[in-house]
This record gives sequence, structure tokens and C-alpha cells, in this order.
Amino acid sequence: MQQSVAEIRRLIARHKFWDYLFAIVGMICLMAGILVLLALFADLIKTGAPRLNASFFTSFPSRMAEEAGILSAWVGSVLVMFVTACAAVPLGVAAAIYLEEYAPKNWMTAIIEINVTNLAGVPSIVYGLLALGLFVYTLDLGQSILSAGLTLALLILPVVIVATREALRAVPGSIREAAYALGATRWQMVSDHVLPYSLGGIMTGVIMGLSRAIGETAPIITIGALTFIAFLPNSPITPEFPFVNFKWLMDPFTVMPIQMFNWTSRPEEEFQLNAAAAGVVLLAMTLAMNAVAIYLRYKIRKKIKW
Amino acid sequence: MSASVQATLKAEAKDLNFYYGDFKALKGISLPVYDKKITALIGPSGCGKSTFLRCFNRMHDLYPGNRYEGEITLNPDNVNILSPKVDPIEVRMRISMVFQKPNPFPKSIYENVAYGLRVRGINKRSILDEKVEVALQNAALWNEVKDRLHDLAFNLSGGQQQRLCIARALAIDPEIMLFDEPTSALDPIATASIEELMDELKDRFTILIVTHNMQQAARVSDYTAFLYMGEVVEYNDTKKIFTNPDKQQTEDYITGRFG
Repeated sequence: MQQSVAEIRRLIARHKFWDYLFAIVGMICLMAGILVLLALFADLIKTGAPRLNASFFTSFPSRMAEEAGILSAWVGSVLVMFVTACAAVPLGVAAAIYLEEYAPKNWMTAIIEINVTNLAGVPSIVYGLLALGLFVYTLDLGQSILSAGLTLALLILPVVIVATREALRAVPGSIREAAYALGATRWQMVSDHVLPYSLGGIMTGVIMGLSRAIGETAPIITIGALTFIAFLPNSPITPEFPFVNFKWLMDPFTVMPIQMFNWTSRPEEEFQLNAAAAGVVLLAMTLAMNAVAIYLRYKIRKKIKW
Repeated sequence: MSASVQATLKAEAKDLNFYYGDFKALKGISLPVYDKKITALIGPSGCGKSTFLRCFNRMHDLYPGNRYEGEITLNPDNVNILSPKVDPIEVRMRISMVFQKPNPFPKSIYENVAYGLRVRGINKRSILDEKVEVALQNAALWNEVKDRLHDLAFNLSGGQQQRLCIARALAIDPEIMLFDEPTSALDPIATASIEELMDELKDRFTILIVTHNMQQAARVSDYTAFLYMGEVVEYNDTKKIFTNPDKQQTEDYITGRFG
């Protein structure tokens, strides 16, 4: 029984109605999410704009809102991120290489793998509590930049491990076999091939992890970052030999989100402006890091296509 | 049969069984590989020819659950390369391989060829330069790439990439070269150039080639083994196999009646 052309057209029209309907509903859902976020950003920028000038970046916090700045906060954030990266990258990358390339595939490694993924979902305050006990008291590192950096490193370690494993897995087996067939050991295969070829993905994962860490507040408060700091840590670079020192690692500190938190909890209206301005700076830092990650991914993808 | 009289034995599989876990993929394979000759392995998909080839450089050791039984002896030292006492890396240093799909490293043309040498601890620029050039010449690729040795290997065409992989396998001066369907991913023109190349190489290298393409086996090889269901059905001079095979099954396969 053949359908007439008119019937077929009516049928298509009816099917297409649902097609269009979903497209419209989907677009509205998307806009609801995006527009709310954009409105928040715009409001933040509008509120904070009057404070966003050079002296905001070069002043310490102060009791006078107009004179207060984020110098100690952004320096603290940069130093803490540096410690975090130094700890999380080698640990995370090495762990991922071991899991992906070396570990035998059995139930033990399966359990470890599942748990690594689960660790990424542990609330950050729990890491904060753990770090308070381990780094601050047991290891006696104090309420220092070092403690904070290590805490955030723990926090992003699962992210780095998962991202690195995915990057390693993207290297096709035929490349591994090619290296082995030439007489390479496992380590030669990893260090000469798999690792360099997956560097883009690994770096992307690391930056994503760091951009999460830079906004973390709860664990840093838990280990006891100060909320009002009107001095800088010791400089990591010194004019005399050996040109570096590590005293800064043990200095007290504050970071951007804590400075924000401190200002938002003040009763005076003017401090809200400071908080908004600091929020804009923090957002800009995070977006810049994500942009670098996207750029790296794009660039390396373009160079290596399997 | 005259060829086999003067040829010396380079390697020999003796009653070789191979298991992927519980699955017995090779059943009692015995096969000689003659020095400076091309031995072709033909047979339908899943007959075990690639599995057999990959025993020669212990590629199966890379994956868990694989097991060898029997021997492959390699001359002149008459060592059983399947013995657990023999390091698979040592075997791979002596026997190199060209894969089904071209698999160059995402490095420069030069570094691709040099890698096998670097693994052997050769890092002196002058020696590398010379060996890379010789290998590329032997692989009939030198003239096409000599002005862009430091370009990425991925920029080459498929056929050129495969010749690059052959150069990479040649550069280390292997005792045996394994070719695992080296032209199955290539167009007819690139295939012809690879076959021509194999013809030039056979005076200097011992080659064991798996191929799906019976014309290819007939054209390039000196000896041919027909494998079916993990067993050698027939092994003989290529001419004999393709003109007057002893077994009906072989004849059915090469005439295209099955497989």
C-alpha cells in the first residue's frame, strides 16, 4: 500500500514540527544558563570597575576601602600555585604513567583506578581537614605557603592523573609497537614517544587543575590562611648568591578568594566594591589559564593527528 | 628445489604452538626461513600468519595471557628466541618489523630513521647522518626526501610513509626483516614501489612477509607457506606452490575458490 506524496509531506511536516520544537527548547535552556552567567559577570565588572586601577594591584589591604588593594593576595596566589604545580605535576604525571603503561591490569589496579577517579569528587574541605592534620600539625609545616600549596596539590592530583592518563591513552598502540619493535625498553618507549606526544593533553589537564585550585577557598581557610595580611612573603629571588631562597615557603599568606571573602564579610558598602574588583581579577586569571589550555590543545592537535 | 639446496638456514620454527589465553592460534608450526631469501606466508584471514610473524620479534610478550610452546631457532648462534631466558628486547634488536599500516613517529623523517640507532646508543651525528642516508637510499626514498629530512614524517604520502618505516627497520641492519601485510593500506602504485623495493632488498636481507595478496607472494617471494587454521598446510618453492601445489586445499586457495 503506497502512501501518496501529499501524505508523505504531511508526515514530514509533523515530524519536523518536533524537530523545530526541540531546537527552540534546547536553545532556551542554553541561553538560560549562559545569560545568567553573563549577567553575573557584567554586574561584577560594573560594580568592581571603579576600583580596578594600578594601585589596586600594588596596595596591601587596608581599613580604608579606597586604599585597600590585592597585592598580598595575588602574590600569595601566584606563590601557592607555583608550589601546587611543582608538587602535583611530577606526582600526578608519574602516577598516571605508572598506571597506564606499567601497572599490570588486575583487580588491584582496577580498584586504584576507580578510586583515583572518585578522589576527584571528594569535597575540597575534606582535603583541607586532612591537610590541617598532616601538613600543618604532623609535619609541622605551619600555616604556610608550603602547606597551602601541598594541600591544593592533593586536591588537583586526581585531575592531573586522569587527564594525563587520557592523554597517554590517545597515543595509538601502533606507535608503541613501532618503538618496541626497534628494541626500545618500556621507559624508552614512554620517554621518547608516548610522553612527548601527549604533552599537550597533559599540560591542558595540569592547567585545568590549577585553574580549579586558584579559586579554592575552603581548604585554604581550613589550614589557616590569614585574611588580613599587610606584608609580602620573603622574596624567592635575592640579589646575592645563590639568588634564590626558600624562606617564603614557610611564610604566612593570603590568596585571592580569601581576600574576597574577607571583603564581602565586611559591613561597609565600599568594601563590596573591592570584593567585586578582586572577583574580576580572579575570573580573569582563571579564564586566562583556561585560554592557555585551549590554545595548547589546539596547537598540539594540529601538529599531531593520528 | 635448486634454490633450497644452496640457501643457508637463517631461522627455523620447530613445532611451534601459540596461545592467546586459552585459544590455540598456532598448532605445531615447523618452517624454515632461509638466509637472504624472501619467505611469504599466505592464507585466509585468521589463519594465524600474522600471529606467527609476530612470534619472531616476541611482539606477543607485550600483552598479557599470551604463551609460546616450541622453538624458533635463530642462526648463526642457534639460540631459541622464544626461550623465556632470552630477552625479547635482544630479539627485537636483531629482527626488525614493518607493520600493516604505516606507523611513523610524529617526528622528523630523519629522527624516524635514526630512532633504532639511538636505541642502540648511537648518537654521534656523523654516524647517524651516514646511516640515515644509506637506509633511506636502500628504501628508495632518499631522492624524494633528501631536501626535507627535518620535515614531519606525517607530511609524506602513505606509500612514502611505509618506505620510511622500511628505512627505519633497515637502518639497524637487521638479521631478519618481518613484513606484516606491508601494502594492504596502500594504493596500487605505492604497492608496486614497495614490491620493487623488496626485490632489491632480497639480496642483502632475509625477509619474512605476510601477505593477503597472492600475486604479491608469487611476484616477490622465493618460498611460500600456506597456512590454514593455525597450521602449515604446505610449504615449498614459490614457483611450485603457485604452479603445481601438492595439496588440493592449497590449490583451492590460490585459485580463489575459498579464503
